[in-house]
Amino acid sequence: MSLFDDIRITFISTFIEDDRWKYLADGLSVTMQVTFFAVLLGIVLGFIVAIIRSTNQKTGKLKILNLICRIYITVIRGTPVAIQLLIIYFVVFASYNISKVFVAIIAFGFNSGAYVAEIVRGGIMSVDSGQMEAGRSLGFNYIQTMRHIIMPQAFKNVLPALGNEFIVLLKETSISSMIALQDLTRGGDIIRGLTFQAFMPLIAVALIYLLIVMILSYFVDRLERRLRNSDH
Amino acid sequence: MTTDTLIKVDGLKKHFGELKALDGVSIDIKKGDVAVVIGPSGSGKSTFLRCLNLLEIPTEGSIFFEGTDITDPKTNINLHRQKMGMVFQQFNLFPHMTVLQNMTLAPIKLLKLSKEETEIRAMELLKRVGLADRAGAYPSQLSGGQKQRIAIVRSLCMNPDVMLFDEPTSALDPEMVGEVLDVMKSLARDGMTMVVVTHEMGFAKEVGTRVIFMDGGTIIEENTPNELFSNPKSERLKSFLKKIL
Repeated sequence: MSLFDDIRITFISTFIEDDRWKYLADGLSVTMQVTFFAVLLGIVLGFIVAIIRSTNQKTGKLKILNLICRIYITVIRGTPVAIQLLIIYFVVFASYNISKVFVAIIAFGFNSGAYVAEIVRGGIMSVDSGQMEAGRSLGFNYIQTMRHIIMPQAFKNVLPALGNEFIVLLKETSISSMIALQDLTRGGDIIRGLTFQAFMPLIAVALIYLLIVMILSYFVDRLERRLRNSDH
Repeated sequence: MTTDTLIKVDGLKKHFGELKALDGVSIDIKKGDVAVVIGPSGSGKSTFLRCLNLLEIPTEGSIFFEGTDITDPKTNINLHRQKMGMVFQQFNLFPHMTVLQNMTLAPIKLLKLSKEETEIRAMELLKRVGLADRAGAYPSQLSGGQKQRIAIVRSLCMNPDVMLFDEPTSALDPEMVGEVLDVMKSLARDGMTMVVVTHEMGFAKEVGTRVIFMDGGTIIEENTPNELFSNPKSERLKSFLKKIL
């Protein structure tokens, strides 16, 4: 049998037979769902934490909230995301019959929030202090100044960094298979178990991740270039 | 307090740790005054100005603005700041907004004026400072002198009762100083109450109604520009004037 025939037969057993490609398609859809909603949760959490932290840094207020935020960031960044996922599934939600997709969104969202918070806090602190003074001198209170003047600038500064954070998050969701969530990685692994062929399904999974990451990177790059060109 | 007193400062002190930036300043600013504050660097003149709208919180003393003690923690300082325009050395325009948006943001959000009404007024002010054609530009596309003129009219859009200037020409290239001073002069002629911290002695002489000389965190001498510059009484003012004139 020629090499070509060999590849053809493996290809058919990996993707075509019993519609096995559907494991990858369904898995991809789960991966995208988890990533998308985890990103949303991460942004909301991250921005809240960043605003609390930078307010504390600038004014010395919100001491207790800041302490809670610091503990959150330290714990999340100091432990592996795999352990966080397992704890949330087997400990926090142990007695609930809850969708694994939901658990993964919570775990990765909370994880991402800590990283987003530090990115956004850096963005807020990088806005010149004269901007806050100008806003306050016009009569805006602290919250209004943050909302209309500081945050739009901070957000623009950190957009590229946020984009990269979400690319990392997309890849991290591959450990969802640890709670037997049928994501893209798990889909490839199931095919491997069915066909006893490791090469083709795993390479296919890798290529799909790579493709999505390349597409996302392209948009982050373009965004970065556009922000650099127009300095306003 | 007489009725035409706009700002009354009483025993104002501001300490940064050991440093006594302000060490007991008392003064009345009346309606229509153009009070020019001069003095060597580190004399506390900028700190004094920044205390007037509480960008710096005084350590001691009180500041009455239109009869209200704004140093009282119960006072809502945000309402009073709407009536006190401030112009900074570094302009502090909002870089993510156009000139027109810079000017209309506060009146629309704080005074709840309509967008149309505010934009008409902003365009009038822009015309007055010769920058009507720059309404759609972003701050990064403007020269320093243009930025500072925009910063001035941004404050004017709020219809303030007093304008505070914190070294408005110090960050400018020399050839741009004139255009900013011209705007300030015309403002003074229109009767705007102004407190100006500056190194521009020409401006002080020409439009100042009173000149205040500060050193070491206190007011050393205060007089009309003519008297103060031609007839300095204290040794410190004499040596200061000798150095700069």
